[in-house]
Amino acid sequence: MSTVLINADEIYKLLEDVKDPEIDTVSILDLGMVEDVTVTGPDVTVQMLPTFLGCPALSIIQKNVERALKQHPIVRNVSVEFLRAPSWTSDRITEKGKAGLKAFGISPPPKQMKKDGSWHIDCPYCESTFVTMENIFGPTACRSILYCKACKNPFEAMKPMIKMI
Amino acid sequence: MENESLKNLAIKELLLQLADDDFIHAYRGSEWLGLAPHIEEDVASSSIAQDTMGHAVIYYKLLEEIGEGTADWLAHDRQAHERRNAIILEAANGPGHYMKDPDYDWAFAVVRNYFYTQAKAIRIQSLQSSSYAPLAEVAQKVQMELYYHLMHWKVWFVQLLGSGHKEAVSRMKTAIEKTLPDFAGIFSLGQFGEEMVEQGLIEGEAAIQKKWIDAVTPIFESVGVATTFEIGMEKGDGRNGVHTEDLKTALDTLSEVYASDKAASW
Repeated sequence: MSTVLINADEIYKLLEDVKDPEIDTVSILDLGMVEDVTVTGPDVTVQMLPTFLGCPALSIIQKNVERALKQHPIVRNVSVEFLRAPSWTSDRITEKGKAGLKAFGISPPPKQMKKDGSWHIDCPYCESTFVTMENIFGPTACRSILYCKACKNPFEAMKPMIKMI
Repeated sequence: MENESLKNLAIKELLLQLADDDFIHAYRGSEWLGLAPHIEEDVASSSIAQDTMGHAVIYYKLLEEIGEGTADWLAHDRQAHERRNAIILEAANGPGHYMKDPDYDWAFAVVRNYFYTQAKAIRIQSLQSSSYAPLAEVAQKVQMELYYHLMHWKVWFVQLLGSGHKEAVSRMKTAIEKTLPDFAGIFSLGQFGEEMVEQGLIEGEAAIQKKWIDAVTPIFESVGVATTFEIGMEKGDGRNGVHTEDLKTALDTLSEVYASDKAASW
């Protein structure tokens, strides 16, 4: 009898298909939410980081991960754990993730904030820098609402989440 | 052995205080949904309330991990006298009911939200070096999110108190006078406070209160308003289970669906 092993790479490949429930152009991998994948025989544990603690999408994402991984012919049990540490930060979003956000009309978070806590991003549609912040809070905890004065489109941006102090 | 159980008790009590504070605070925030002064504020304050509820959940989950009951049970099924939140956080938003004739006071919301969020920021700072590792980890995450909450309420506080508008300034001052006499309840660590400090779980009440005064004093000065910070605990110490009718009413409302079928899976 031969033992068929699951390669972690196969799991990562399946996770690429798990998208943000509201942003179908970005996978949870590209959002930097997957911290680790452990394969023990036919059982898989996915350790994840919540973007915001108050995010109601976390349980949906958990179910979607379980569903995606169970498509693998050998996977038996899937366990998804949300870790307390390290904290998710917005610089975990990959270049591919940033492009996916932009394709959805959401500006990726800026790399850094100024000393006074202010930050700047460009319009995801026309790249104009002539934008105004309408509301630092948006439809979800992780997003803000902005307006582009050049192409006259409202748009959203991912809030920067950076370790301060 | 006895020391160990005393330490566990102190951890449990501190977690309950942190969870119950954020839980009732988020609930009062959620009651403003649809009633905030303008639509952008409705979005912002609801987002903050939702995120704050997430903070309560993470503390309840820490309690769940040490065998104190499920997060749902802790949030929904404990009586008022079992709650540890500070009394100032349970006070109703104003007369009326959010479904019928709400006559809520935005000045009180701004003052309470700013004062509490600032206190929470200082507490979270302290918790990052807590000897209880799970709490220290959570604190780091909460701190990053809290940055946005604090900035928001500070802007409202300064804008209204420093507006020079007669009604705004007068209502803000009334709200401050209503909040401070019970605000010491936020800093109270309850009957096991000494143990918490001795075990290195959190800094002491006086230290945190002093840091809070140091943080808000320049904000008052920036708008040219003097205050003597007469902080008290007139209605009692919520940390020890003392509460008002407002908490009971809130708990009856928020647990109505849960109580209708406790075994339901949502």
